[in-house]
Amino acid sequence: MNLRNLTALSLCILVSGCGTLEKISEIGTGLAEASGAITADQAKSINTSAGAIDKASESMTPEQEYYIGRTVAATILSQNKPFDRQALTTYLNTVGQYLALFSDKPETFGGYHFLIMDTPDINAFAAPGGLILVSRGMLRCCESEDALAGVLAHEIGHIELNHGMLAIDKSRYSAVVTTLLAEGAKNLAGSNVAELTKAFEGSISDITSKMVNSGYARKYEFQADKAAIIILQRAGYSPTGLISMLTQMEKQLKPGGHDFAKTHPAPKDRIDQLNKLLTQSPNMAGSFVARQKRFSAAMREL
Amino acid sequence: MNVKRFFLSLSLLGFSAAVATAATTLMSVQVNKTDLRETPSYLGKVVTSLVYGDKVSIQSQNGAWYQVTGNSRSGWVHSSVLTPKKIVMKGDSAAKTTASSGEMALAGKGFNSDVENQFKANHKEINFAPVDKMEKIKIPISEIQEFAKEGKLQSTGGAK
Repeated sequence: MNLRNLTALSLCILVSGCGTLEKISEIGTGLAEASGAITADQAKSINTSAGAIDKASESMTPEQEYYIGRTVAATILSQNKPFDRQALTTYLNTVGQYLALFSDKPETFGGYHFLIMDTPDINAFAAPGGLILVSRGMLRCCESEDALAGVLAHEIGHIELNHGMLAIDKSRYSAVVTTLLAEGAKNLAGSNVAELTKAFEGSISDITSKMVNSGYARKYEFQADKAAIIILQRAGYSPTGLISMLTQMEKQLKPGGHDFAKTHPAPKDRIDQLNKLLTQSPNMAGSFVARQKRFSAAMREL
Repeated sequence: MNVKRFFLSLSLLGFSAAVATAATTLMSVQVNKTDLRETPSYLGKVVTSLVYGDKVSIQSQNGAWYQVTGNSRSGWVHSSVLTPKKIVMKGDSAAKTTASSGEMALAGKGFNSDVENQFKANHKEINFAPVDKMEKIKIPISEIQEFAKEGKLQSTGGAK
Protein backbone atom coordinates (compact mmCIF):
# COMPACT_ATOMS: atom_id res chain seq x y z
CA MET A 1 0.00 0.00 0.00
CA ASN A 2 1.37 3.34 -1.02
CA LEU A 3 1.05 5.68 1.89
CA ARG A 4 3.22 8.54 0.81
CA ASN A 5 0.16 10.70 0.38
CA LEU A 6 -0.76 10.13 3.97
CA THR A 7 2.54 11.30 5.29
CA ALA A 8 2.38 14.21 2.87
CA LEU A 9 -0.42 15.50 5.09
CA SER A 10 2.12 16.26 7.75
CA LEU A 11 2.39 19.95 8.32
CA CYS A 12 4.81 22.05 10.21
CA ILE A 13 2.88 23.30 13.18
CA LEU A 14 4.25 25.82 15.57
CA VAL A 15 5.39 23.58 18.36
CA SER A 16 4.74 24.93 21.79
CA GLY A 17 4.99 22.64 24.76
CA CYS A 18 2.21 22.41 27.30
CA GLY A 19 4.32 24.18 29.88
CA THR A 20 4.08 27.35 27.88
CA LEU A 21 0.34 27.19 27.58
CA GLU A 22 -0.38 29.64 30.34
CA LYS A 23 1.90 32.18 28.72
CA ILE A 24 0.31 31.70 25.35
CA SER A 25 -3.17 32.10 26.73
CA GLU A 26 -2.20 35.35 28.38
CA ILE A 27 -1.02 36.65 25.06
CA GLY A 28 -4.14 35.26 23.41
CA THR A 29 -6.53 36.79 25.90
CA GLY A 30 -4.65 40.06 25.83
CA LEU A 31 -5.15 40.28 22.09
CA ALA A 32 -8.76 39.20 22.32
CA GLU A 33 -9.46 41.68 25.07
CA ALA A 34 -7.78 44.48 23.15
CA SER A 35 -9.84 43.69 20.08
CA GLY A 36 -13.03 43.61 22.11
CA ALA A 37 -13.64 39.93 21.43
CA ILE A 38 -13.91 39.30 25.17
CA THR A 39 -14.39 41.41 28.25
CA ALA A 40 -11.68 42.07 30.84
CA ASP A 41 -13.54 39.78 33.28
CA GLN A 42 -13.61 37.00 30.76
CA ALA A 43 -9.91 37.44 30.09
CA LYS A 44 -9.24 37.16 33.81
CA SER A 45 -11.25 33.98 34.21
CA ILE A 46 -9.66 32.48 31.14
CA ASN A 47 -6.14 33.19 32.36
CA THR A 48 -6.98 31.78 35.79
CA SER A 49 -8.22 28.54 34.33
CA ALA A 50 -5.46 28.18 31.74
CA GLY A 51 -3.24 26.34 34.19
CA ALA A 52 -5.96 23.76 34.60
CA ILE A 53 -6.13 23.36 30.86
CA ASP A 54 -2.50 22.33 30.85
CA LYS A 55 -4.03 18.92 30.70
CA ALA A 56 -5.03 20.05 27.27
CA SER A 57 -6.24 16.66 26.12
CA GLU A 58 -9.08 17.02 28.61
CA SER A 59 -10.46 19.82 26.51
CA MET A 60 -10.84 17.39 23.62
CA THR A 61 -14.53 16.55 23.78
CA PRO A 62 -16.11 13.41 22.27
CA GLU A 63 -17.57 15.79 19.70
CA GLN A 64 -14.10 16.88 18.57
CA GLU A 65 -12.92 13.27 18.68
CA TYR A 66 -15.81 12.47 16.35
CA TYR A 67 -14.61 14.99 13.75
CA ILE A 68 -11.05 13.69 14.02
CA GLY A 69 -12.26 10.10 13.57
CA ARG A 70 -14.30 10.97 10.48
CA THR A 71 -11.31 12.54 8.79
CA VAL A 72 -8.91 9.75 9.82
CA ALA A 73 -11.33 7.21 8.31
CA ALA A 74 -11.82 9.28 5.15
CA THR A 75 -8.04 9.59 4.76
CA ILE A 76 -7.50 5.85 5.09
CA LEU A 77 -10.42 5.11 2.76
CA SER A 78 -8.88 7.37 0.14
CA GLN A 79 -6.00 4.88 -0.02
CA ASN A 80 -8.11 1.75 0.43
CA LYS A 81 -11.41 1.79 -1.43
CA PRO A 82 -14.44 0.40 0.42
CA PHE A 83 -15.56 -3.11 -0.50
CA ASP A 84 -19.27 -2.54 -1.04
CA ARG A 85 -21.17 -5.72 -0.29
CA GLN A 86 -24.35 -4.91 1.58
CA ALA A 87 -25.10 -8.26 3.22
CA LEU A 88 -21.51 -8.77 4.37
CA THR A 89 -21.28 -5.18 5.65
CA THR A 90 -24.54 -5.60 7.56
CA TYR A 91 -23.25 -8.84 9.08
CA LEU A 92 -19.98 -7.16 10.07
CA ASN A 93 -21.89 -4.29 11.71
CA THR A 94 -24.23 -6.64 13.54
CA VAL A 95 -21.32 -8.54 15.11
CA GLY A 96 -19.40 -5.30 15.76
CA GLN A 97 -22.26 -3.24 17.19
CA TYR A 98 -23.26 -6.19 19.39
CA LEU A 99 -19.69 -6.44 20.73
CA ALA A 100 -19.45 -2.70 21.34
CA LEU A 101 -22.33 -2.95 23.81
CA PHE A 102 -20.04 -5.01 26.05
CA SER A 103 -17.07 -2.65 25.97
CA ASP A 104 -16.44 -0.13 28.74
CA LYS A 105 -17.26 2.55 26.18
CA PRO A 106 -20.42 1.22 24.56
CA GLU A 107 -21.53 4.63 23.29
CA THR A 108 -19.49 7.28 21.53
CA PHE A 109 -20.53 10.63 20.06
CA GLY A 110 -21.38 9.13 16.67
CA GLY A 111 -21.51 5.42 17.53
CA TYR A 112 -19.61 2.38 16.25
CA HIS A 113 -19.68 1.64 12.53
CA PHE A 114 -17.75 -0.94 10.50
CA LEU A 115 -16.61 -1.03 6.87
CA ILE A 116 -14.55 -3.39 4.71
CA MET A 117 -11.52 -2.13 2.76
CA ASP A 118 -10.95 -3.67 -0.66
CA THR A 119 -7.36 -4.83 -0.26
CA PRO A 120 -5.63 -8.19 0.19
CA ASP A 121 -3.35 -6.59 2.81
CA ILE A 122 -4.00 -7.78 6.36
CA ASN A 123 -5.12 -4.58 8.05
CA ALA A 124 -7.64 -3.12 10.45
CA PHE A 125 -7.92 0.41 11.77
CA ALA A 126 -9.90 1.96 14.59
CA ALA A 127 -10.44 5.65 13.91
CA PRO A 128 -11.24 7.66 17.07
CA GLY A 129 -14.91 7.76 17.94
CA GLY A 130 -15.74 4.28 16.66
CA LEU A 131 -15.21 4.09 12.88
CA ILE A 132 -13.61 0.69 12.32
CA LEU A 133 -12.12 -0.39 8.99
CA VAL A 134 -11.21 -4.00 8.27
CA SER A 135 -9.51 -5.27 5.09
CA ARG A 136 -10.60 -8.24 2.96
CA GLY A 137 -7.19 -9.74 3.74
CA MET A 138 -7.96 -9.56 7.45
CA LEU A 139 -11.39 -11.14 6.97
CA ARG A 140 -9.69 -14.00 5.10
CA CYS A 141 -7.78 -14.79 8.31
CA CYS A 142 -11.13 -15.50 10.01
CA GLU A 143 -12.56 -18.99 9.85
CA SER A 144 -15.45 -18.47 12.25
CA GLU A 145 -17.69 -15.74 13.64
CA ASP A 146 -15.75 -16.00 16.90
CA ALA A 147 -12.51 -15.27 15.04
CA LEU A 148 -14.13 -12.27 13.34
CA ALA A 149 -15.45 -11.14 16.71
CA GLY A 150 -11.85 -11.34 17.97
CA VAL A 151 -10.66 -8.93 15.26
CA LEU A 152 -13.48 -6.46 15.91
CA ALA A 153 -13.18 -6.66 19.70
CA HIS A 154 -9.46 -5.82 19.41
CA GLU A 155 -10.30 -2.70 17.38
CA ILE A 156 -13.06 -1.73 19.83
CA GLY A 157 -10.41 -2.15 22.53
CA HIS A 158 -8.24 0.48 20.81
CA ILE A 159 -11.19 2.90 20.89
CA GLU A 160 -12.08 2.12 24.49
CA LEU A 161 -8.45 2.78 25.46
CA ASN A 162 -8.29 5.98 23.42
CA HIS A 163 -5.14 4.87 21.57
CA GLY A 164 -5.83 6.91 18.43
CA MET A 165 -6.24 10.16 20.35
CA LEU A 166 -3.09 9.43 22.37
CA ALA A 167 -1.10 9.51 19.11
CA ILE A 168 -1.84 13.22 18.73
CA ASP A 169 1.15 15.42 19.49
CA LYS A 170 0.50 17.68 22.48
CA SER A 171 1.39 20.75 20.47
CA ARG A 172 -1.84 20.34 18.49
CA TYR A 173 -3.87 20.58 21.69
CA SER A 174 -2.17 23.80 22.71
CA ALA A 175 -3.02 25.30 19.34
CA VAL A 176 -6.68 24.32 19.80
CA VAL A 177 -6.91 25.61 23.35
CA THR A 178 -5.18 28.86 22.51
CA THR A 179 -7.56 29.50 19.64
CA LEU A 180 -10.55 28.69 21.82
CA LEU A 181 -9.39 30.97 24.60
CA ALA A 182 -8.98 33.85 22.24
CA GLU A 183 -12.25 33.44 20.46
CA GLY A 184 -14.36 32.71 23.55
CA ALA A 185 -17.95 32.21 22.63
CA LYS A 186 -17.93 34.18 19.43
CA ASN A 187 -18.48 32.47 16.12
CA LEU A 188 -15.23 31.34 14.63
CA ALA A 189 -13.60 33.98 12.51
CA GLY A 190 -11.92 32.89 9.27
CA SER A 191 -8.39 33.13 10.62
CA ASN A 192 -9.30 30.98 13.63
CA VAL A 193 -10.71 28.31 11.35
CA ALA A 194 -7.48 28.36 9.37
CA GLU A 195 -5.40 27.97 12.53
CA LEU A 196 -7.61 25.23 13.92
CA THR A 197 -7.52 23.45 10.56
CA LYS A 198 -3.71 23.41 10.73
CA ALA A 199 -3.86 21.76 14.17
CA PHE A 200 -6.55 19.44 12.82
CA GLU A 201 -4.43 18.42 9.82
CA GLY A 202 -1.53 17.83 12.17
CA SER A 203 -3.67 15.64 14.42
CA ILE A 204 -4.94 13.58 11.48
CA SER A 205 -1.38 13.13 10.26
CA ASP A 206 -0.18 12.08 13.75
CA ILE A 207 -2.87 9.42 13.98
CA THR A 208 -2.74 8.03 10.45
CA SER A 209 1.04 7.83 10.36
CA LYS A 210 0.98 6.00 13.69
CA MET A 211 -1.77 3.58 12.63
CA VAL A 212 -0.60 3.02 9.06
CA ASN A 213 3.18 3.39 9.16
CA SER A 214 4.83 2.94 12.53
CA GLY A 215 2.11 1.10 14.44
CA TYR A 216 1.20 1.62 18.08
CA ALA A 217 3.60 0.66 20.85
CA ARG A 218 3.55 -3.09 21.48
CA LYS A 219 2.03 -2.55 24.90
CA TYR A 220 -0.99 -0.83 23.31
CA GLU A 221 -1.55 -3.87 21.09
CA PHE A 222 -1.39 -6.22 24.07
CA GLN A 223 -3.74 -3.91 25.99
CA ALA A 224 -6.20 -4.00 23.08
CA ASP A 225 -5.97 -7.81 23.02
CA LYS A 226 -6.67 -7.89 26.74
CA ALA A 227 -9.66 -5.57 26.33
CA ALA A 228 -10.83 -7.81 23.47
CA ILE A 229 -10.79 -10.89 25.71
CA ILE A 230 -12.99 -9.12 28.25
CA ILE A 231 -15.43 -7.90 25.59
CA LEU A 232 -15.59 -11.35 23.94
CA GLN A 233 -16.27 -13.13 27.21
CA ARG A 234 -18.96 -10.67 28.27
CA ALA A 235 -20.60 -11.02 24.84
CA GLY A 236 -20.53 -14.82 24.94
CA TYR A 237 -17.93 -15.39 22.21
CA SER A 238 -15.02 -17.72 22.73
CA PRO A 239 -11.80 -15.71 23.16
CA THR A 240 -9.99 -18.61 21.51
CA GLY A 241 -11.45 -17.26 18.24
CA LEU A 242 -8.88 -14.47 18.44
CA ILE A 243 -6.11 -17.04 18.80
CA SER A 244 -7.39 -19.04 15.81
CA MET A 245 -7.42 -15.85 13.76
CA LEU A 246 -3.85 -14.98 14.81
CA THR A 247 -2.73 -18.51 13.89
CA GLN A 248 -4.19 -18.01 10.41
CA MET A 249 -2.68 -14.56 10.20
CA GLU A 250 0.74 -15.95 10.96
CA LYS A 251 0.41 -18.26 7.97
CA GLN A 252 -0.82 -15.53 5.66
CA LEU A 253 1.32 -12.53 6.62
CA LYS A 254 4.06 -11.83 4.10
CA PRO A 255 7.35 -10.72 5.64
CA GLY A 256 8.09 -7.10 4.76
CA GLY A 257 4.43 -6.37 3.98
CA HIS A 258 3.08 -2.88 4.59
CA ASP A 259 0.30 -4.15 6.84
CA PHE A 260 0.16 -5.95 10.19
CA ALA A 261 3.55 -7.42 9.28
CA LYS A 262 4.91 -3.94 9.86
CA THR A 263 2.60 -2.34 12.43
CA HIS A 264 1.79 -5.12 14.90
CA PRO A 265 3.70 -7.50 17.16
CA ALA A 266 4.19 -10.92 15.56
CA PRO A 267 1.02 -13.05 15.82
CA LYS A 268 2.97 -15.61 17.82
CA ASP A 269 3.89 -13.01 20.47
CA ARG A 270 0.26 -11.96 20.72
CA ILE A 271 -0.85 -15.60 21.03
CA ASP A 272 1.68 -16.15 23.83
CA GLN A 273 0.37 -13.14 25.72
CA LEU A 274 -3.25 -14.17 25.17
CA ASN A 275 -2.59 -17.70 26.39
CA LYS A 276 -1.24 -16.27 29.63
CA LEU A 277 -4.52 -14.38 30.11
CA LEU A 278 -6.73 -17.26 29.13
CA THR A 279 -5.36 -19.61 31.75
CA GLN A 280 -6.79 -17.18 34.27
CA SER A 281 -10.19 -16.92 32.62
CA PRO A 282 -12.91 -19.45 32.07
CA ASN A 283 -13.30 -20.56 28.50
CA MET A 284 -16.74 -19.51 27.40
CA ALA A 285 -16.76 -21.83 24.41
CA GLY A 286 -20.43 -21.48 23.50
CA SER A 287 -21.82 -23.03 20.39
CA PHE A 288 -19.67 -22.44 17.32
CA VAL A 289 -22.08 -24.52 15.25
CA ALA A 290 -25.02 -22.15 15.68
CA ARG A 291 -22.93 -19.33 14.27
CA GLN A 292 -20.99 -21.15 11.55
CA LYS A 293 -23.82 -21.31 9.02
CA ARG A 294 -24.50 -17.57 9.00
CA PHE A 295 -20.76 -16.83 9.05
CA SER A 296 -20.15 -19.00 5.97
CA ALA A 297 -23.17 -17.49 4.19
CA ALA A 298 -22.00 -13.92 4.85
CA MET A 299 -18.38 -14.61 3.90
CA ARG A 300 -19.40 -15.93 0.49
CA GLU A 301 -19.46 -12.28 -0.63
CA LEU A 302 -15.81 -11.93 0.27
CA MET B 1 -17.31 9.17 38.59
CA ASN B 2 -15.31 11.20 41.06
CA VAL B 3 -18.08 13.04 42.86
CA LYS B 4 -15.76 14.99 45.14
CA ARG B 5 -13.87 16.36 42.21
CA PHE B 6 -17.10 17.23 40.46
CA PHE B 7 -18.32 19.28 43.39
CA LEU B 8 -14.93 20.90 43.73
CA SER B 9 -15.04 21.86 40.07
CA LEU B 10 -18.47 23.37 40.44
CA SER B 11 -17.53 25.33 43.54
CA LEU B 12 -14.55 26.75 41.70
CA LEU B 13 -17.00 28.09 39.20
CA GLY B 14 -19.22 29.58 41.84
CA PHE B 15 -22.08 27.14 41.54
CA SER B 16 -21.48 25.43 44.86
CA ALA B 17 -24.27 27.02 46.85
CA ALA B 18 -27.04 26.19 44.44
CA VAL B 19 -25.88 22.65 43.83
CA ALA B 20 -25.06 21.76 47.43
CA THR B 21 -28.47 22.82 48.72
CA ALA B 22 -30.25 20.92 45.99
CA ALA B 23 -28.06 17.90 46.85
CA THR B 24 -28.24 16.61 43.30
CA THR B 25 -25.45 15.82 40.94
CA LEU B 26 -25.91 17.26 37.49
CA MET B 27 -24.24 15.82 34.44
CA SER B 28 -24.40 16.53 30.71
CA VAL B 29 -25.00 14.25 27.75
CA GLN B 30 -21.74 14.20 25.76
CA VAL B 31 -22.86 12.09 22.78
CA ASN B 32 -24.91 13.19 19.79
CA LYS B 33 -27.97 11.18 20.81
CA THR B 34 -28.78 8.49 23.35
CA ASP B 35 -31.79 6.72 24.80
CA LEU B 36 -33.12 6.84 28.33
CA ARG B 37 -34.21 3.31 29.27
CA GLU B 38 -36.59 1.78 31.80
CA THR B 39 -33.94 -0.61 33.15
CA PRO B 40 -30.12 -0.46 33.37
CA SER B 41 -29.64 -2.47 30.16
CA TYR B 42 -29.53 -1.90 26.41
CA LEU B 43 -32.47 -4.28 26.26
CA GLY B 44 -34.50 -1.95 28.48
CA LYS B 45 -37.51 -0.24 26.92
CA VAL B 46 -36.73 3.27 25.65
CA VAL B 47 -38.45 5.96 27.70
CA THR B 48 -37.26 8.99 25.75
CA SER B 49 -34.28 10.24 23.80
CA LEU B 50 -31.64 12.64 25.04
CA VAL B 51 -29.39 14.77 22.87
CA TYR B 52 -25.98 16.40 23.14
CA GLY B 53 -25.81 18.97 25.93
CA ASP B 54 -28.97 17.82 27.73
CA LYS B 55 -28.61 18.12 31.51
CA VAL B 56 -29.61 15.22 33.73
CA SER B 57 -29.69 14.85 37.50
CA ILE B 58 -28.28 11.63 38.92
CA GLN B 59 -30.64 9.59 41.13
CA SER B 60 -28.70 6.37 41.67
CA GLN B 61 -26.04 4.10 40.19
CA ASN B 62 -26.02 0.43 39.23
CA GLY B 63 -22.66 -0.71 37.91
CA ALA B 64 -21.87 1.34 34.82
CA TRP B 65 -25.42 2.65 34.59
CA TYR B 66 -26.89 5.81 36.08
CA GLN B 67 -30.52 6.34 36.94
CA VAL B 68 -31.21 9.91 35.95
CA THR B 69 -33.92 12.45 35.41
CA GLY B 70 -33.69 14.21 32.10
CA ASN B 71 -36.13 15.62 29.61
CA SER B 72 -38.74 15.50 32.46
CA ARG B 73 -38.50 11.71 32.53
CA SER B 74 -36.71 9.23 34.75
CA GLY B 75 -34.69 6.30 33.42
CA TRP B 76 -31.27 4.74 32.93
CA VAL B 77 -28.29 5.67 30.75
CA HIS B 78 -24.82 4.14 30.46
CA SER B 79 -22.10 6.20 32.14
CA SER B 80 -20.20 6.54 28.83
CA VAL B 81 -22.77 9.04 27.56
CA LEU B 82 -22.35 11.43 30.48
CA THR B 83 -19.71 13.94 31.52
CA PRO B 84 -19.44 15.95 34.75
CA LYS B 85 -18.47 18.91 32.56
CA LYS B 86 -21.17 21.43 31.91
CA ILE B 87 -21.69 21.47 28.17
CA VAL B 88 -22.58 24.93 27.01
CA MET B 89 -24.56 24.99 23.80
CA LYS B 90 -24.21 27.81 21.28
CA GLY B 91 -27.55 29.38 22.13
CA ASP B 92 -27.07 29.31 25.93
CA SER B 93 -26.75 32.65 27.67
CA ALA B 94 -23.74 31.21 29.54
CA ALA B 95 -21.98 30.81 26.18
CA LYS B 96 -21.37 34.54 26.14
CA THR B 97 -19.40 34.54 29.37
CA THR B 98 -17.55 31.25 29.47
CA ALA B 99 -14.64 29.68 27.70
CA SER B 100 -13.86 25.99 27.37
CA SER B 101 -11.95 24.71 30.36
CA GLY B 102 -11.48 21.62 32.46
CA GLU B 103 -14.97 22.10 33.91
CA MET B 104 -16.83 23.47 30.94
CA ALA B 105 -17.04 22.54 27.31
CA LEU B 106 -18.45 24.73 24.60
CA ALA B 107 -20.35 22.57 22.15
CA GLY B 108 -19.44 23.02 18.53
CA LYS B 109 -16.08 24.61 19.34
CA GLY B 110 -12.59 23.49 18.41
CA PHE B 111 -12.56 20.73 15.80
CA ASN B 112 -16.03 21.05 14.30
CA SER B 113 -17.87 21.03 10.98
CA ASP B 114 -16.30 24.38 9.98
CA VAL B 115 -12.85 22.85 10.44
CA GLU B 116 -13.87 19.70 8.58
CA ASN B 117 -15.15 21.82 5.69
CA GLN B 118 -11.90 23.77 5.59
CA PHE B 119 -10.00 20.47 5.61
CA LYS B 120 -12.14 19.23 2.71
CA ALA B 121 -11.38 22.40 0.76
CA ASN B 122 -7.63 21.92 1.40
CA HIS B 123 -7.68 18.20 0.55
CA LYS B 124 -10.05 17.58 -2.33
CA GLU B 125 -8.41 14.18 -2.90
CA ILE B 126 -9.93 12.90 0.33
CA ASN B 127 -13.44 11.57 -0.14
CA PHE B 128 -15.81 11.66 2.82
CA ALA B 129 -18.69 9.90 1.04
CA PRO B 130 -17.81 6.38 2.31
CA VAL B 131 -17.60 7.75 5.87
CA ASP B 132 -20.99 9.47 5.59
CA LYS B 133 -22.38 6.19 4.27
CA MET B 134 -20.89 3.97 6.97
CA GLU B 135 -22.13 6.30 9.71
CA LYS B 136 -25.69 5.56 8.61
CA ILE B 137 -25.31 1.84 9.37
CA LYS B 138 -27.12 1.33 12.64
CA ILE B 139 -28.45 -2.14 13.45
CA PRO B 140 -31.62 -1.87 15.58
CA ILE B 141 -31.19 -3.31 19.07
CA SER B 142 -34.07 -5.74 18.43
CA GLU B 143 -32.14 -7.24 15.49
CA ILE B 144 -28.96 -7.44 17.54
CA GLN B 145 -30.91 -9.23 20.25
CA GLU B 146 -32.33 -11.71 17.73
CA PHE B 147 -28.85 -12.20 16.24
CA ALA B 148 -27.42 -13.04 19.67
CA LYS B 149 -30.23 -15.47 20.38
CA GLU B 150 -29.88 -17.23 17.04
CA GLY B 151 -26.12 -17.54 17.56
CA LYS B 152 -26.61 -18.93 21.09
CA LEU B 153 -24.48 -16.13 22.50
CA GLN B 154 -24.78 -16.25 26.28
CA SER B 155 -23.77 -12.77 27.38
CA THR B 156 -22.78 -12.01 30.94
CA GLY B 157 -22.33 -8.74 32.77
CA GLY B 158 -20.70 -5.92 30.90
CA ALA B 159 -22.79 -3.15 29.48
CA LYS B 160 -25.74 -5.38 28.82
